Amino acid sequence: MIRVGTMIPLTLLIPLLGAGVISLLGRWPDLRETASLVTAASLVGVVLSLLLVAAPAGSTHFTLLEVLPGLRLALHLEPLGLAFASVASTLWVLTSLYSIGYMRGHGEEHQTRFYACFALTIAAAMGIAFAGNVFTLFVFYEIMTLVTYPLVTHRGDREAVGAGRLYLGYLFGTSVGFFLFAMVWTWLVAGTLDFEPGGILAGKASPGIVGCLLFLYAFGIGKAALMPFHRWLPAAMVAPTPVSALLHAVAVVKAGVFSVLKIVVYIFGIDLLRDTGWNVWLAYLAAVTIVVASLIAFTKDNLKARLAYSTISQLAYIVLGAGLSNAGGVVGAAMHIVTHAFGKITLFFCAGAIAVAAHKTNISEMDRIGRTMPVTMGAFLIGSLSIIGLPPLGGVWSKWYLIAGAAGAGEFPLVAVLLLSSLLNIGYLLPVAVRAFFGVPSQSPRQVKIKEAPLCCLIPICITSAGCLALFFFANQLYAYLINMLG
Amino acid sequence: MEDHLPVLLVVVPLFSALIAPLVGRGDKPWYVAMAATWSVFLLSAVLCARIYGIIGASGDPSAFISYAMGNWALPWGIEYRVDAFNALLLLIIAAVSAVVTVYARLSIAHEIPADRVNFFYGLWLLFFAGLLGVTVSGDVFNVYVLLEVSSLAGYSLVAMGKYLDRRALWASINYLFLGSIGASFFLLGIGYLYSATGTLNMADLSERLRSLHDSRTVVTAFVFLLVGLGIKMALFPFHIWLPGAHGYAPPIVSALLSGVAIKVGAYVMVRLLFSVLGIEFGFETLPTRPILLAFSSLAILGGSYLAIRQSSLKRLLAYSSVAQIGYITLGFTLANEDGLTGSFIHIFNHALMKSGLFLIAGIVVYRLGTSELAALRGLGRRMPFTMAGFTAGGLGLIGTPLTAGFVSKWYLVAAAIERGQSFLAAVILLGSLLAVVYVWRVVELIYFEPRPESSTQVREGPWSLVVPAWVLIGASLYFGVDASLSSSMARQAARALLGPG
Amino acid sequence: MRVWELYNYWIFILLMMIGFYTIIAKPNLVKKVIGLSLFQTAIFMFFISLGKVEDGTVPVAVSFATAYSNPLPHALILTAIVVSVSTLAVALAIIVNIKDAYGTIEEEEIHKAQED
Repeated sequence: MIRVGTMIPLTLLIPLLGAGVISLLGRWPDLRETASLVTAASLVGVVLSLLLVAAPAGSTHFTLLEVLPGLRLALHLEPLGLAFASVASTLWVLTSLYSIGYMRGHGEEHQTRFYACFALTIAAAMGIAFAGNVFTLFVFYEIMTLVTYPLVTHRGDREAVGAGRLYLGYLFGTSVGFFLFAMVWTWLVAGTLDFEPGGILAGKASPGIVGCLLFLYAFGIGKAALMPFHRWLPAAMVAPTPVSALLHAVAVVKAGVFSVLKIVVYIFGIDLLRDTGWNVWLAYLAAVTIVVASLIAFTKDNLKARLAYSTISQLAYIVLGAGLSNAGGVVGAAMHIVTHAFGKITLFFCAGAIAVAAHKTNISEMDRIGRTMPVTMGAFLIGSLSIIGLPPLGGVWSKWYLIAGAAGAGEFPLVAVLLLSSLLNIGYLLPVAVRAFFGVPSQSPRQVKIKEAPLCCLIPICITSAGCLALFFFANQLYAYLINMLG
Repeated sequence: MEDHLPVLLVVVPLFSALIAPLVGRGDKPWYVAMAATWSVFLLSAVLCARIYGIIGASGDPSAFISYAMGNWALPWGIEYRVDAFNALLLLIIAAVSAVVTVYARLSIAHEIPADRVNFFYGLWLLFFAGLLGVTVSGDVFNVYVLLEVSSLAGYSLVAMGKYLDRRALWASINYLFLGSIGASFFLLGIGYLYSATGTLNMADLSERLRSLHDSRTVVTAFVFLLVGLGIKMALFPFHIWLPGAHGYAPPIVSALLSGVAIKVGAYVMVRLLFSVLGIEFGFETLPTRPILLAFSSLAILGGSYLAIRQSSLKRLLAYSSVAQIGYITLGFTLANEDGLTGSFIHIFNHALMKSGLFLIAGIVVYRLGTSELAALRGLGRRMPFTMAGFTAGGLGLIGTPLTAGFVSKWYLVAAAIERGQSFLAAVILLGSLLAVVYVWRVVELIYFEPRPESSTQVREGPWSLVVPAWVLIGASLYFGVDASLSSSMARQAARALLGPG
Repeated sequence: MRVWELYNYWIFILLMMIGFYTIIAKPNLVKKVIGLSLFQTAIFMFFISLGKVEDGTVPVAVSFATAYSNPLPHALILTAIVVSVSTLAVALAIIVNIKDAYGTIEEEEIHKAQED
């Protein structure tokens, strides 16, 4: 029986080694793709075994190395991190499968670099998921920015390089300017950066400092795309769709909101935030992003752009949950990480499939497309319903807990915001599916042969939509597991 | 033999400098230089070990080794004094010079005509000897003399860049004028101090100055000393000579100038402020702190901003050095343990990074004949190791975690917050962000732009150039991942200056 | 001490400022070097004048002397003069090279040549 403690660094090692192997197999594409899938599958195996074996509330530590006295790169196990890691690793397998279909269907270049950077990104995501202290989180957060840069600028043209600049500019700007500052300050105030249930700042930081730190962290974690530091997300849509799917549904953005949630729960402690009253500010800040991003989504005709702004809005749900700082809010937020990941990745997969099979990127051109791509658009419908939050899809439960949390905290304007947001979601997501099935094409269809998406793309799409469905039924277990993070 | 360690550090390179021009053509001067630099590296490591042993045994962080020149009684004789602070700096100077000298063989053979190579190595060793002497000397006038030895050698070395670009000559004469004015101010300051105290020995001075806090002579001396040193270390606004000198000198000269020489200037300033004048007089009685903080902030922001606007890789790195001196000055002006530790660890880290980066620039010059950014287009594919080295060093300048630069920034930001100066922490972080811009400009150029059709075909640089560059850059990465050695040495140095208690 | 009794300091300040001005203002490189020399010489004179002891004689041991001037500044300045001369030599060597490379030693013309 392998000790749990040594299995944690395996989650980092597997994708790292995978990246190395992939970069060596460049000349044999089939072998290379196999390596990708094998790596992904083994990672899922390790993560899921951690999930099943490790006691939910127990933290097992593993120190990688000590950079400075007191500053360690350390990993630990806890429910939130495991949930994120499970989602990321599972969706990585599916995205790898999807990428094979997409990259080959689109005839993309530099595929080796693509798959290798993918693997590295997942390694960084594992590092973030299992980070045992803020320093480790920061290190892997920055590494993730660097390894996703080649993915964002994949195409190499002016637009991609420009997007890359925005990406780096926003992410480094916020992480160096705010996150690092907050981290050093926390270290000086609390004497440690370790994640502890109940937080480490209680009794050591005055309310003023708590407030400053909270906002430094919230804005410093640019990957959470809290407005006004959200511009990098729509800009990064120039990347190939598998990149957008993984990055913007799963790895990068989820790492962002995960970090916010983790810091709120394990550094500040929800009790401290409630006592000082700062949590409400965070929640309302998130509420603004929710509404504004949804409104902007309406104006976008490009499908990926619309999905991007939808993502910004949905991420803010998680920050709002963190801001509610009670069981419903925090656990609802954690659940939302899972449900939104599955829902949004389905939507992005569909967008990519439409691009590959029908060569269309704008919603106005997608009328009647559902007739020839029923599976794809059917999945799109399922994903949309999950994001909107309607049964029998998983998204309804995360929203439910968030609304319950808001009501429980007495913040009825926030309840209203959440409900309003669902309505807005209906407004900008549902018409896409509806028009696809029942719409009337505004112009006579050009003689482009529209067919259903390639199989490599369809299978993942079906699996993720099934996942959205499954989450509805397993919500209880998920809640019971995640509540343990509050100690 | 062991007792003479402090002075051997200066004498060995000094004599080698005399021998090198006389051994003839070919590689022989280089062998002399190698022997000198590597033996000094060894000696400085032994010295470091000795001083740490003494500190460990006595428990006194300011313990020192004292060596009286010619056995003349102190304080009238010239003293060479080693404590944890200058032991660290001696090691840095020796280590960087040793690695750069390995690189020098091919680089100098390529750039300088064969009949001048032996003179080059003579000057190189003189420069080296001067820097070591400044660091190890405990007598202010001796510091002046050796500072000038290294500076004169430096002016000539910069002028040797004329074989590649004649602008090196103008840069050199400019450097000469400003450097000499700076040294003369330093001399003037020594004069005032002597007239007030009657001694030239630094330890003796610090005792006699204790009762002289009100003396206008001493204040004047101090001002002249600071301005003179400010010029030597290129602290804003005295940095004007640096971009030209570091930009047009032969790459290995720039590596040593940026990586080591300006740090030696900073060393003397720290010695003056902490050991001779004492923190109370140096920082509290006189308004040194706000002035130095203002200068260093402007250096950080101004230097980084100007680096963005450069069109040549070497000039970009030179302006970056101006900013880095700002960081170092900021650190020691904060005068708390974290600040001094951050400052010294940055001396260490930046020496590794900047020398490595200049060596990388040197490889580009070796292959392309120029370091203009426009010529670097698309080089990422042709010279993968070299450009990877640049990217790694650049990430260090930015301060990405797991590079040495991050460790320095950590300490500096912590020190600033500890002093309640959040504004300074913001300046430090803003400097990092500006560094992202100037580093990434080059990264985009080398990886994303296609190689122009008309350009010369280039291959990767030769191993004897790439390996030393990577040794330095690799070391900066190593000390970013495991900074326990460098941080403990820097902390020892900080404690040595802050004194027991 | 009355102001005029400090005449040595006034002289050295005057010389130093003339030298400094020459370095900055004169476009001809050799004149700049002369200014540098003047500047440094002024500092030397300051040092030596510091060492004068009232009624003291030259610091060479002779039988009839009752007081000697301080020999230390003399020793220091000898060293400093050596440094200054070396600086002068290096400066002139560089100027010769500049003349070869640019054909002129006037600052403005060099700048103009560099613009091209």
